[in-house]
Amino acid sequence: MHVPDGFLNAPTSVATGAVAVVGISLALRGARAELDDRTAPMAGLVATFVFAGQMMNFPVAGGTSGHLLGGALAAVLAGPFTAVLCLSVVLIVQSLLMADGGVTALGTNITLMGLIGVGVGWLVFRGLVAVLPKRIASVPPAAAIGALVSVPVAAAAFVLLFSVGGEAPVALDRVLTAMVGWHVLIGLGEAAITGLVVGSIVSVRPDLVYGARRFIAAPELEVRTVTATGGTR
Amino acid sequence: MRNRRFLLGFLLVSLLVAGVGSYYASSHPDGLSYVAGTTGFDDSADDSPAAVSPLADYSVAGVEDDRLGGGLAGVIGGVVVLVLSSGLFAVVRRRRTHR
Repeated sequence: MHVPDGFLNAPTSVATGAVAVVGISLALRGARAELDDRTAPMAGLVATFVFAGQMMNFPVAGGTSGHLLGGALAAVLAGPFTAVLCLSVVLIVQSLLMADGGVTALGTNITLMGLIGVGVGWLVFRGLVAVLPKRIASVPPAAAIGALVSVPVAAAAFVLLFSVGGEAPVALDRVLTAMVGWHVLIGLGEAAITGLVVGSIVSVRPDLVYGARRFIAAPELEVRTVTATGGTR
Repeated sequence: MRNRRFLLGFLLVSLLVAGVGSYYASSHPDGLSYVAGTTGFDDSADDSPAAVSPLADYSVAGVEDDRLGGGLAGVIGGVVVLVLSSGLFAVVRRRRTHR
């Protein structure tokens, strides 16, 4: 879903650039509470995995492809604020090094895939874990559904921006129908990958999955009485 | 699983996807470029000023072989993302305070 330069006019691109800057500054503040000595290395690897996953275009139908956006995945693994930073680093490297996604469109891409993709994925995930059984097994399917929803919402957000600042005179209802339709299909792929990856990591290291933390019983302090001889009973 | 082993495994999977798996990725246009084509706003796209980058379009300038160039570009990009994000997160994280 990388928007190239030219699709949106300059004022719209400046506006999304400002939104992205505000979003990243808030994320920098919020990520502090999500990152410590143990989770910071994991978060760097989440960003690396999202970069790799975005290279793996999967065929969708009729000559179209899609790839992981990774917003819901990163949010569940590393926390939502950290996920915004993960996606932003990935999108900046793609834009400047790989020429994937425009440079004046960088703010647009960070807004769509970073802020909206992460935000929607995380909110849907949080809503689902609140109503699903309070078990760690609920985490991967909730993450998958968050991923599924995040993709067409980001696609619809692009159409909203395009309706404000699109440079080409085309029928907006057709753009909206096509964008949302294709991105529901792409969202199914996003859901499959997200569910699989979150499920695999939850099964080996649930403590490194931000969205699973509340389901891990904190080790309780054990009260032992010490006998006069020094042994415990 | 031990921390170091898990993190190394996760890194290896990511670099394998970027360096090897990406060669088998679909080359069809993604959802947005496809829709841009069918609804008629594809032509409004401009070339990125970053198109002169030696890694533009996930290839390495001077490497003719697609599999090698694409794989290298994926691994280089992945390592750049790892270094930048890990550096950022190391600065942002809460440090243990020793008194």
